[in-house]
Parts: sequence; C-alpha cells; structure tokens
Amino acid sequence: MDDSLRELYQEVILDHSKHPRHFGALEHPTHVGEGFNPLCGDRVKIYLQIGADNRIADIKFEGRGCAISQASASLMTDMLVGRTLAEAEKLMGGFLHLVKGEDAAELVGDDRERLDVMAGVSAFPMRVKCATLAWHTMKSALEGGAPANSE
Amino acid sequence: MTAQTKIAASFDPLAARADFEILSREVYGKPLVYLDNAASAQKPRLVLDAMRDFATSEYANVHRGVHYLSAKATERYEAARETSRKFLNAAHADEIVFTKGGTEAINLVAASFLAPRIQAGDEIVLTVMEHHSNIVPWHFLRERHGAVLRWIDVRDDGSLDIEALDAAINAKTKLVAITHMSNVLGTVTPLKEIVARAHAKGVPVLADGCQGAVHGRVDVRDLDVDFYALTGHKLYGPTGIGVLYGKRAHLKTMRPYNGGGEMIREVTRDAISYADPPARFEAGTPPIIEAVGLAAAMDYLNSFDRAAVSAHEHDLLDYARAQLREFNWVRVVGDAPGKCATLSFETEGMHAHDVATILDREGVAVRAGHHCAQPLMERFGVASTTRASFALYNMRAEVDVFVAALAKARKILG
Repeated sequence: MDDSLRELYQEVILDHSKHPRHFGALEHPTHVGEGFNPLCGDRVKIYLQIGADNRIADIKFEGRGCAISQASASLMTDMLVGRTLAEAEKLMGGFLHLVKGEDAAELVGDDRERLDVMAGVSAFPMRVKCATLAWHTMKSALEGGAPANSE
Repeated sequence: MTAQTKIAASFDPLAARADFEILSREVYGKPLVYLDNAASAQKPRLVLDAMRDFATSEYANVHRGVHYLSAKATERYEAARETSRKFLNAAHADEIVFTKGGTEAINLVAASFLAPRIQAGDEIVLTVMEHHSNIVPWHFLRERHGAVLRWIDVRDDGSLDIEALDAAINAKTKLVAITHMSNVLGTVTPLKEIVARAHAKGVPVLADGCQGAVHGRVDVRDLDVDFYALTGHKLYGPTGIGVLYGKRAHLKTMRPYNGGGEMIREVTRDAISYADPPARFEAGTPPIIEAVGLAAAMDYLNSFDRAAVSAHEHDLLDYARAQLREFNWVRVVGDAPGKCATLSFETEGMHAHDVATILDREGVAVRAGHHCAQPLMERFGVASTTRASFALYNMRAEVDVFVAALAKARKILG
C-alpha cells in the first residue's frame, strides 16, 4: 500500500474514528461550539464544561464526518480534558501547524507523540480541513463567537 | 453478447479515447481512471485545436469592429450559435443565448423572466433532486418576492412520480423548474410528458439540461420545453460558456439581465432602449473563444452515433452496478429505470471522503460529498455519497480498477 495512505489511515486513527472518545452531549455545558464544513457537509458540535479554575473539566462532541474528522475530534477531546485554557490554546496552535506540515515547536513530549498520528494529513492538502474542523470549532466554543467553518 | 457487438460496430470507445490526451497520463504512478465526468468532462484534442486555431488566426472582439478580424470572429461566434441551435433542434438561432454556464442560464430566467411576473404567494414547482443551481435562483425569488417553493419528492428508487408533480401544479404555479437528468441519481425525467402536463395548466417549464444534454439527443421542439439550460464543460467543451435556449415568444418579453455593452440599442443621458434577443442577454464581451470550442464539442459529439454512445455508457453503468451488488456494504442511491451514466453510493462504516482519498491513490478520480444537491442528500438520509460517473471514453477495464480500488478501501477502512 501507498506509504502516505498507510500513514494517513493508521490503526490509531481508525480506532478513534470507529470508537470515538467523549462522544455525546453535555447536559449543562458552559460553552458550546458548532462547526460546519460546507465542502462536504460534515458537522461537529462541541460541549465544554469549564470550571472556575479555568480548566476544562469535561468535554463532549457530536457530529458526523469522515474518519479523519472523527478521529481528530476524538483525539482532541481526549487530550484537552483537564487542561487549563492557556494549555489548550497552545495545543490547538501546535496541532494546526502539524497538520499543515509546518513547524510545530509548541508540541513537546507526550503531546507531540500522541498528535504525531495526525501528521500524515499534511500529505493530503484536500483533507487538512477535515482534520482541523473540530479544533476550529473548539476555538469558536471558547470564544463564544460565530459558528466555525473549516476555512 | 449481441449488444456488445452492436456497440462495437457503431461506436469505438477505444478510438474515441485517443482523442483525449489527458487520459493517457498517470497520477501517483498509476494510470488515470477518470470517473468524475458529471462534475466536468475532459476535452478532446479537436476542441482544444479549434480554440487555438481560432485564437491564432481569426480572433478579435465580436459585433463591434468593421475590420477583417472582427468580421471573421463575429462570423465564427454566430456560427457557434447556429451549431447550438442545431444541437438542440431549436427553431431559430435567436433562441440561443450564450451564458457563462448552466448556472447563469438558470439565474437569467429567474431574474429576467420570472421575477417580474411573480407576486407573494405564487409558486414554483421543483423536485428534491435538483442541483443547487436549479434551487438557489428560486430561493432568491422566495426571499425577495415571497414566492413559495413547492418540492416534489422522488420515489425510493430515485424515479420521479409524475402524478405528484402534476398534482402540485395549480393556479398559483408560475414555473416548473426540473432537471432533465439528476447529477446524483442519474434519473432521467420524462420531460416531454412533464411539459405536456404543465402546459395543459398554462405553466411554463425550465429544464436543467447540464447532465441531460450530455447523455442523449435533445430536441427542444419535440419536448416543447420553454427554457433549456446547458453548460459547455460537461459536454466535452470548455469552461466559461453555457447555453440558454428560450422560446422566442418568451425571450422577446424578458427584461435584460446584466447591463453593459452589446445588449443595448441606444443609450442617451436620459433614456435607454435594449437590443433584441439574444443580444439583449449577452452584455459585455461574450466568451468568444469558448463559443468556438463549444461548437467544436457539439460537432464532436454529433460525429458519433449518439444512441451507440449512450448504449456504451449504459453498458458501463450496468457492468459497474452488477459488481457493486457483490459488496453487501455498498448501498446505491438511485436505481430508477432508464437511469444514465451516474452511480452514487454509500459505503457502510466508511465516509465518502475517505473512500475517495483511497481511490485517488489508485488513480481513480471520483466525486465525494453532497454533489451540490443537499435537499436530495437529506431525502435519502445521507450526508454524502461517493459518485462514479461515466463518459463516452470510459472502458470496462476502468470499471474493474474502480471496483478493485473500492475493495481496497474496504480493506483499509472496514
């Protein structure tokens, strides 16, 4: 098989897409974000519970989409729970660099290792938006602004 | 097989293939298998040569200059109109308006024909299988004029229920806007019958022929359709040009679309009078080189026995359809009797974009997504489908590559 294809659809990605973590809705979220990719019609909705200590206490997502977008959302929610908003922002910035094939120096140690499974997306320019949808939606949830699209 | 022998006798797809240089290229080291024809078809050498020859020997602006080249260019541009007239069997060349594509052709009818005739509460009948280009212009009239959109459902197999359509046409109906062939389902609508039913109630019909004109001969006089829109680039012609056929009696009464050069009779500081159709609807410098290319594409298509081409495309469709039946994880969307050249399907547990990405790496170009037909996706309860669409130059061997690639996608993602 094509190496870049193997890299894109590796076990971890397929596992996350078939068994997404934190899938569902929160009953009393403090923040909600909705994202839409007009190109393919994929949607994602993110629910956040942010505590007084500025930490993400809980997070869930709903939506449907391709393996890349679902895995990316699942991985993101998995990694952001328990983080402070400042930490979350740093991780989000690093992820966007990573999938665009740019220098992602903000990602170190364990974070880098876990997110590296998404690095293969950078070889598929048409699919970068699939990977970033949940992360942009997360950002819009935190900012409480307009619904995110994948641009 | 007798059917195969008959096709081979009157249409040779392998020979036609040689007319399309791009088909011999590779992608990712694999031979290109181009099955995204419903989005846009590839261009034969003859079309590209016609455009190049014209641009290098006879090109200038049209309808303006008195000089030699302008006269030549005008001649070629008007000859393209005559070719389009023949292609659609329209009665008069002035019933052919060149547009920049199918979308503009439909928007033109919405803005210049229907908008001045519509009042709040008036209805436009359309089906759920329309492309967005035959939906959004009518939504404009809903937003701006209070028009009501009456949606006709399709049956589960993707076929049209003409009785439902007939029942939806009432005293408030101002237009029936319907596709001649669905870009997702491949369903071919019984246009002649639809027109007859609508006309019996005094309602005009616009047909979106962007797909329909590619896969069968169109005779607008026999259909008696009021407006017929088509685009060049799906017809093996260039991008940037389309045709709106409109009955002379309608075009004459219609107000201009864009304002600019070419579409006026006289302009003074205080008043303006407009040119007759079709010039009235062709403001600005038109797509001249593209018109020459479109005419070449129409001539190219008509150089074949169209029925034999259609039989070849149906053979590819049947061949692919039969193989997909072997995959119990594939659900084909649209199985209407007599459907054409387009195969959309859902893949259980696999998203269309993932499938298309894997197919792409095998050299197979397909479309994945909502195909600019979101109401239809909603009707069938899917967010997106994968679509393989066939053209005259596709071969059974390419269907085999496509099917093998699909099996591979299942192996990777399933």
